[in-house]
Amino acid sequence: MNFVIKKLGTLLLTLLVLSFLAYAAFEMVGDPVNLMLGTNASPEDVAALRQQLGLDKPLLLRYFRWLTGFLVMDMGNSYIYRIPVIDMIGDKLGITVTLTLMGFALTLLFSIPLGVYGARREGSWADRMLTVVNQIVMAVPAFFVAILLMVFFGVVLRLFTPGSFVSFQDSPGQYLLYMIFPALSIAVPRTAMTAKMLRSSILGEMQKDYVRTAYSRGHNRQTALKGHALKNALLPVISFMASTMAEMLAGCIVIEQIFSIPGIGRLLMVSISNRDIPVVEAIVMILAVWVMLVHFIGEIINEVLDPRLRA
Amino acid sequence: MKKLFEKHNNWFFKTGFVITVFMVTLVVIGQIWTPYDPAAMDAAAKAQGPSLAHFMGTDNFGRDLFSRVLEGAGATLIIAFFVVLLGAGLGTLIGALTGYFGGVVDEVLMRICDALTAFPSVLLALIILAILGPGRLNVIGVLGLVFIPSFARIVRTEFARIKKLNYVSLAKLQGVPTGRILLRHILPNIMPVLLPAISIGFNNAVLAEASMSFLGVGVSASEVSLGRMLSDSQNYILRGLPWYAIFVGLTIVLLILGFSLLGEGMRQEE
Repeated sequence: MNFVIKKLGTLLLTLLVLSFLAYAAFEMVGDPVNLMLGTNASPEDVAALRQQLGLDKPLLLRYFRWLTGFLVMDMGNSYIYRIPVIDMIGDKLGITVTLTLMGFALTLLFSIPLGVYGARREGSWADRMLTVVNQIVMAVPAFFVAILLMVFFGVVLRLFTPGSFVSFQDSPGQYLLYMIFPALSIAVPRTAMTAKMLRSSILGEMQKDYVRTAYSRGHNRQTALKGHALKNALLPVISFMASTMAEMLAGCIVIEQIFSIPGIGRLLMVSISNRDIPVVEAIVMILAVWVMLVHFIGEIINEVLDPRLRA
Repeated sequence: MKKLFEKHNNWFFKTGFVITVFMVTLVVIGQIWTPYDPAAMDAAAKAQGPSLAHFMGTDNFGRDLFSRVLEGAGATLIIAFFVVLLGAGLGTLIGALTGYFGGVVDEVLMRICDALTAFPSVLLALIILAILGPGRLNVIGVLGLVFIPSFARIVRTEFARIKKLNYVSLAKLQGVPTGRILLRHILPNIMPVLLPAISIGFNNAVLAEASMSFLGVGVSASEVSLGRMLSDSQNYILRGLPWYAIFVGLTIVLLILGFSLLGEGMRQEE
């Protein structure tokens, strides 16, 4: 349990530093008061608004207030819409997380069997085909997969109507049908990368001495692979899956734009161009927590699998 | 060049080489000559699919898409070139110095690198670019900066490994100046690792430029690039004219495929 607590400490410290850097950086971007009142505002109005927003306080104090607020889900009010940030983010975060998790599940579902299959049949006709297809698919960016899916399933087959997003509350079935295509878009390139990585990782392990020992004790290729090599081969793949989770969230921003999904990515883009700093800060912080958390979970899984890593 | 081919006599390298040379040649020709003027409008040939006269079709203004794709691919490649130059150049410099000298600076810089590489670089670039505003130079600067850590990391590991080898100690004993050791004795030996990284860097730079411009934070509205064209082409899909998007997308795929195969081929031991 000790290694978990130690990692958790590092995680919290990193997040603390990151949050301060992000806060300080966005504070430097510009004074929101001019944007809100226009350039013709009287100095009294400007001073009053500054006081109301708490901008007259020193940076460290403001950061501390913002941080404690963030921890209890109070992220301040939007400069533009004057409503609590949490109300703007709530539903949208759910949509983006659903999309990411769906994409991740699809990646796991296809990449692990494909990778193991390729390694088991190394050099076979099927393995070679798989390697070629993987290499090509890896080069297809998620946004182009999205466009192809949209053209094929949306315009040609008319399975869904591109651009008309259905919310979960309106119709759960339609919602899932609409979300499956963007989820596939982010999953396809990552599936190819993961399958390829798993295959070469397994093959690397199969060369090692302990697998040779397993052979000498009467294991054949299948049982040595499943019983001995696979677990060790998974370690680098799990780290890769963690960065996949992080990349997918970033990828969602582009994909949401293509499929007109009202997720957190679109809100981020709109808020940045509106200079709506509290919303941007909150989203960036949520993204940072997400990224750090998935890497943390990846490391913990690896340490559970391989006690040697628990340093 | 011949040496590279002998060393990497594999399927990945050869295919990647052919695709990259083909695409780069096409783009270079496109800088000098295009079948039509990329900006010339033709009211008689508005929003057409592929035909003999316009091999990729035309857009809403009757502009020839093939000519425009050539122009856009040129812009994207030029951006990618400078991004990699900046990222790989500064990354190699930082990696070489920290890897060779080590110490506190090394520790601190590598911690920062770890934190930065954990964060998806596209996301980081997106946020910075959205604040700075669009424009070709901003794209190059920001993408170049976020590419530094990955190069620095690779180069640092190699320098730290090689500096312990006997031939480097020997060179030191013989009184070879440190700068010469870094440049002439170690740098050439990290090429097997650096060259694939540069190739993958091109791959990532094309992808990142396309994503940024697609989201409207990349090149400005008056500039061309593949990402911008892809974002324009979206409006055509719903009107049943998918050609625009498909051709622009295929161009991006071919560019990325070429670079990624080259990188993969150079990594394979043959």
